[in-house]
Amino acid sequence: MGAGTETFYDVIRRQGITRRSFHKFCSLTATSLGLGPLAATRIANALETKPRVPVIWMHGLECTCCSESFIRSAHPLAKDAILSMISLDYDDTIMAAAGHQAEAILEETRAKYKGQYILAVEGNPPLNEDGMFCIDGGRPFVEKLKLMAEDAQAIIAWGACASWGCVQAAKPNPTQATPIDKVITNKPIIKVPGCPPIAEVMTGVVTFITTFGRLPELDRQGRPKMFYSQRIHDKCYRRPHFDAGQFVEEWDDEAARKGFCLYKMGCKGPTTYNACSTVRWNGGVSFPIQSGHGCIGCSEEGFWDKGGFYDRLTNIKQFGIEKNADQVGMAAAGVVGAAVVAHAAVTAAKRLATKRDDADHTK
Amino acid sequence: MGVQTPNGFNLDTSGKRIVVDPVTRIEGHLRVEVNVDSGNVIRNAVSTGTMWRGIEPILRGRDPRDAWAFTERICGVCTGTHALTSVRAVEDALGIKIPENANSIRNLMQLCLQVHDHIVHFYHLHALDWVDVVSALSADPKATSTLAQSISAWPLSSPGYFRDLQTRLKKFVESGQLGPFKNGYWGSKAYRLPPEANLMAVAHYLEALDFQKDIVKVHTIFGGKNPHPNWLVGGVPCPINVDGTGAVGAINMERLNYVTSIIDRLIEFTDLVYLPDVAAIGSFYKDWLYGGGLSGKSVLSYGDVPEHANDYSDKSLLLPRGAIINGNLNEVFPVNHRDPNEIQEFVAHSWYKYPDETKGLHPWDGVTEPNYVLGPKAKGTRTNIQELDEDGKYSWIKAPRWKGNAMEVGPLARWVIGYAQGKADFKDPVDKFLKDLGLPLTALFSTLGRTAARALEAQWAAYQMRHFQNKLIATIKAGDSNTAFVDKWKPETWPTETKGVGFTEAPRGALAHWIRIKDTKIENYQCVVPTTWNGSPRDPKGNIGAFEASLMNTPMENPEQPLEILRTIHSFDPCLACSTHVMSPDGQELANVKVR
Repeated sequence: MGAGTETFYDVIRRQGITRRSFHKFCSLTATSLGLGPLAATRIANALETKPRVPVIWMHGLECTCCSESFIRSAHPLAKDAILSMISLDYDDTIMAAAGHQAEAILEETRAKYKGQYILAVEGNPPLNEDGMFCIDGGRPFVEKLKLMAEDAQAIIAWGACASWGCVQAAKPNPTQATPIDKVITNKPIIKVPGCPPIAEVMTGVVTFITTFGRLPELDRQGRPKMFYSQRIHDKCYRRPHFDAGQFVEEWDDEAARKGFCLYKMGCKGPTTYNACSTVRWNGGVSFPIQSGHGCIGCSEEGFWDKGGFYDRLTNIKQFGIEKNADQVGMAAAGVVGAAVVAHAAVTAAKRLATKRDDADHTK
Repeated sequence: MGVQTPNGFNLDTSGKRIVVDPVTRIEGHLRVEVNVDSGNVIRNAVSTGTMWRGIEPILRGRDPRDAWAFTERICGVCTGTHALTSVRAVEDALGIKIPENANSIRNLMQLCLQVHDHIVHFYHLHALDWVDVVSALSADPKATSTLAQSISAWPLSSPGYFRDLQTRLKKFVESGQLGPFKNGYWGSKAYRLPPEANLMAVAHYLEALDFQKDIVKVHTIFGGKNPHPNWLVGGVPCPINVDGTGAVGAINMERLNYVTSIIDRLIEFTDLVYLPDVAAIGSFYKDWLYGGGLSGKSVLSYGDVPEHANDYSDKSLLLPRGAIINGNLNEVFPVNHRDPNEIQEFVAHSWYKYPDETKGLHPWDGVTEPNYVLGPKAKGTRTNIQELDEDGKYSWIKAPRWKGNAMEVGPLARWVIGYAQGKADFKDPVDKFLKDLGLPLTALFSTLGRTAARALEAQWAAYQMRHFQNKLIATIKAGDSNTAFVDKWKPETWPTETKGVGFTEAPRGALAHWIRIKDTKIENYQCVVPTTWNGSPRDPKGNIGAFEASLMNTPMENPEQPLEILRTIHSFDPCLACSTHVMSPDGQELANVKVR
């Protein structure tokens, strides 16, 4: 990258932020990512010496909820992320240029920052109709996607669309909307699922890469472990009500008003890996369960086709679960310990079922 | 030479063809082609929706109570408005009523979306069509402060504030990494603001970016998250428990206070920043009154924001309902979603197939079979389009018509209809805005008018939020804490076969969903959305749509820089993911094309 490019540290210093505050920011970042004090020093060093990394943000078939979520980020603020931490050189949702002037940026980036830019993809390419269900610059989006992927240093799949296919890929998937890892097979892809992902999870992933110069540790499915290794249910503040067998039975009933567990109302928290119950949404204000509706499992693969959103998880046949919530609840009402055991059994069964699902997908 | 359209435009394709693809700063994928004459005036305009997702066939066979979550994902920008439309359609079909509190909370969420969407649209999607960021570098911070303080009492207006911002902007530009401002049309003569007004606008661009993340917390409180909060057939999912056991897990005093504080800030921001900015910017563009298109001819609004729960009559709806055609503001027609002859969709110029493409179909009876073919005069290939042929099929958007008329929908349509109905809520602010700028009523029918109507509406919506927040609190105080009625929650209670319609006024305009339910499952589902109306291609009679009409006869400073096209198209706030998802409701599957 050329001379004259500023480092993140330069940028925040001239914004009037003291060195002390800068280091505080670095250690806060490290803490929020679950990293130790040594990491804070490394963050500080990276931010002091590196110019801003170019980011190319492309849109396929999607609804733009990921972009909208990204700009909701409170720490860092979206404006700091966009203007100071990365160089968001192409993003058709917010960029000033259009048409030829916009297209020119893609070519320039490939030439000037070969192997150095991050490709962030929101949405996915449809493959039916020669890819022309999503046209960009007169050509199929999938072509543009593959082209920009060739010279990227890292690829981020934003949200459920790019990661799994999401709503347009729900059965019968009329356009053959396809997750990006099925069309870009020669590069590591970080999946940041959710519909949309949490804002601070999104900015956290991007700044992790720009800060540490490497990808965050990923799980078997390509998701950053730091945000996706635990279920909503594991950290849900209503979990004690589950364990005590206290469930909402009907919308707006006495139990709902007391904030009891939404498991019987179809909550997918027990099978959904995401940070909603810990990081929460929109600056930590709330998350779906806290506001009275069950989790719909929007960060899980194929969540649109795993039964109705108000069907109890135990009723979903493919999970092969024998016990239903009533039985779990009854057991729990008697002996709390039994409920925990039953719950563990449900969890284990689900894990096996998920594995089976995965195997089916590879056929 | 040229072709006269039935809706009054003279199309001349003899001049140079300009292609803009992608049109950026919108939701989704859009392409625009125009012909300009030797004086660089647009004499023909072609708007093409370039994406298609097919949500409706995906809905077939599913639980109607889940439909809100699917349709909500039609759009993450106007997040929630499709969900609201969907729960209303299902409630209409099944005869489900909702409690008064649920109506207030839904209105709070819908109005919150209006304000949020309008603010983000103006500052982050539209402002760069009026504001030259680079010009702000040569502003005098002291003069900027004087300007800001002369138009508003907003406190962030000192010379030091603007000087600091300008310094940061200068460093940013000098870094050589311009990010989203790269390759913009900076320095174009089409920009008319003095440097000081540009600097003030850049400051508010950044302030609005910070503020918008707080506005949506109303959705987070009542719906758990934003984008894509949660909704419920029969009410809202959030229970109310202001002071009893377990109140911390419900809408309690702290949550109500949180919402109140956001509403106060919204009113302050729209009063002191958004509206004064639009007026100030407008004062420099008040002789640039292009872009009116259909707004002075034919506009449509379904109405929204019911004062009373379960009452969707004209009298109950605070946003007006009606249709105006032929530019006659003296007559506002009633609109009926259920009448097969009123709302119809045509596909003669869309990439779909009908048995008889001269005819339109009502959404109850809609057919959508994709048929991607280019017209004979198109240049390029099937997968590398150079120029489209608008005499053939050229868009993934269908052409909806009201009694055969192409209509404009959106904030301007709503405000023109409210004005024509003589409603003080709409007439007085419009008259004041125009009077302050010294403009006649006809000036409203323009790109600037569309942008101004959106700002006026944001302010209106912010005050309406206060109204419904007060109403919510008053109802709770009177002893009613209900948020959902569950007597018809269980599918056993439903009729074997039924159908319904739900409608809203989305930020971008009139939105309706039509649903048929059979044996407790969705038999078919059809949405006709705002950008389908505005972005529609030609119909069989040759009527052009609102986008196309708005570009006609606009002079361009430099056809290589499509600034004027962007300015006018953006004034509609296009949402292409919304407009281009319609699909076969009658069970037809798509042809499966070879997979690569």
